[in-house]
Amino acid sequence: MDKTWIIAKRELASFFDSLIAYVMIILFLGMSGFFTWLFGNNIFLINQASLQVFFGIGFWTLFFFIPAITMRMLAEETRSGTIELLSTKAITDWQIVGGKFLACLLLVMIALFCTLPYYITVSQLGSVDHGGIIGGYLGLILLSSGYISIGLFASSVTNNQIVAFLMALFIGIFFQILFDVMGSSFRGGLGTAMNYLSMRAHFESLSRGVIDSRDIVYFLSITLVGLLFSQSMLSRRNWQG
Amino acid sequence: MSIVVDGLTKKYGEQKAVNNISFKVETGEVVGFLGPNGAGKSTTMKMITCYMAPSGGDVLLEGMSIHTHADQIKKRIGYLPENNPLYLDMPIIDYLRFSAEIQGVPGNKIPERIAEMVETCGLDVEKHKKIGELSKGYRQRVGLAQAMIHNPDVLILDEPTTGLDPNQIIEIRKLIKKLGKQKTVILSSHILSEVEATCDRILIINRGRIAADGTSATLRQQAQGQELLTVQIEGADGESLKKALLGLATVEKVDGVDGKADYFTVQSKPDQSSRKAVFDLCVSNKWCLLEMTGIETRLEDVFRELTN
Repeated sequence: MDKTWIIAKRELASFFDSLIAYVMIILFLGMSGFFTWLFGNNIFLINQASLQVFFGIGFWTLFFFIPAITMRMLAEETRSGTIELLSTKAITDWQIVGGKFLACLLLVMIALFCTLPYYITVSQLGSVDHGGIIGGYLGLILLSSGYISIGLFASSVTNNQIVAFLMALFIGIFFQILFDVMGSSFRGGLGTAMNYLSMRAHFESLSRGVIDSRDIVYFLSITLVGLLFSQSMLSRRNWQG
Repeated sequence: MSIVVDGLTKKYGEQKAVNNISFKVETGEVVGFLGPNGAGKSTTMKMITCYMAPSGGDVLLEGMSIHTHADQIKKRIGYLPENNPLYLDMPIIDYLRFSAEIQGVPGNKIPERIAEMVETCGLDVEKHKKIGELSKGYRQRVGLAQAMIHNPDVLILDEPTTGLDPNQIIEIRKLIKKLGKQKTVILSSHILSEVEATCDRILIINRGRIAADGTSATLRQQAQGQELLTVQIEGADGESLKKALLGLATVEKVDGVDGKADYFTVQSKPDQSSRKAVFDLCVSNKWCLLEMTGIETRLEDVFRELTN
């Protein structure tokens, strides 16, 4: 855990040093703010003191932003060879992957924390459903951890950041929307399985304030599988050809 | 800390990059891996440092195997990989602190260790810069500093002087020599003079196998089968000189030296010396012997012979 935190600390510092963190936070706030308050189906149109609209937007913005922050994580280390230096130090591949995961998740959480004024504003406008707010934020965090682990996996497969980015989006789009679509067009067991794999249903029930352990288990499993795959891809230098 | 490498093998697909290598390095020894590009030097190092699992064989550091005690071994090895990969966006001091933390140096000792490394590696002038802003020589020093930050017993340096200017090379060599007094050092190079200047012992590796093992003196001796002399004689024309030299009982071959009529290289028969005979020949003919030098087999020749 200790070593994991050292890696996470370095990655976070490098996010803020390289401006990636600021760009990401500003874009995230800009996009979600614009659609939540100013454009389309915004809060005023719905006329309810809830952050449903914001959660719906966050669901999509995070889907696009997370691959952008995860893409360099392992790809850049492999490309520049620093991974060799890192993994010959007293640290395991698990700790490396875990540290990078933690750094990305913390960055997303910082960005989400910056939306606190949204909550404050809405709570001034009427009585808010706190369950829905907590569930929504929890949902966004869990969703992010799923996409971060997918992004890390994509980044561990290649040493090209662009490929890692596109690959993360490609895998992500299945969970984001395609499983949903396919679930409704297949019948029987396959359809149910696809429906279960879709992030949307799980996220929506969370953001309505229904905190169900099945949804949490779903997100955590995706995260775990993603991290497991990233770790084994990182250790592939040990595979015997 | 002694290192025992036992039957180490690494296969990349069908090709054996390292083929059943075994050797032993004692504490306080500086050993140089010498070999042409692609001989398996770096791969061997990657296995010793626990970066890559071998396809077969084992490495033992003071009895600990890389298969079972990787975490303890990693703590006691300092490694400078080929091409010196570093985080270019990090300031030097931050990077050294990061390395120290990962290697488990206790928090209260870290500032002290960093200060020591900055001094030993001569980073003081540049210490507030980011690594990406440094010249190649300084980056190499940062690479050395991060390898030594946790005061390891074993240092493994993969081509530590590539890309440095002659002054820097000499400094790094001095540093390695100094370190080699207390630590076990393995370094690799394809520059012969470098290995000769810094190492107590040389392992010549070729096509994944050890081609030769010994000090530079013993390697030379092994290769130096026949005596070779250059002589310069005044007093007669080239042709008759050559004929006279060939007439000596101990001489096997005489070659002229390009462009000079009175210079020859004289190769003796195995285990015989022609020095005295050449001198006597000149005396009896009243020729003047201007020069007679023994040619020492250079390590280059040993190397070429073993790896071609």
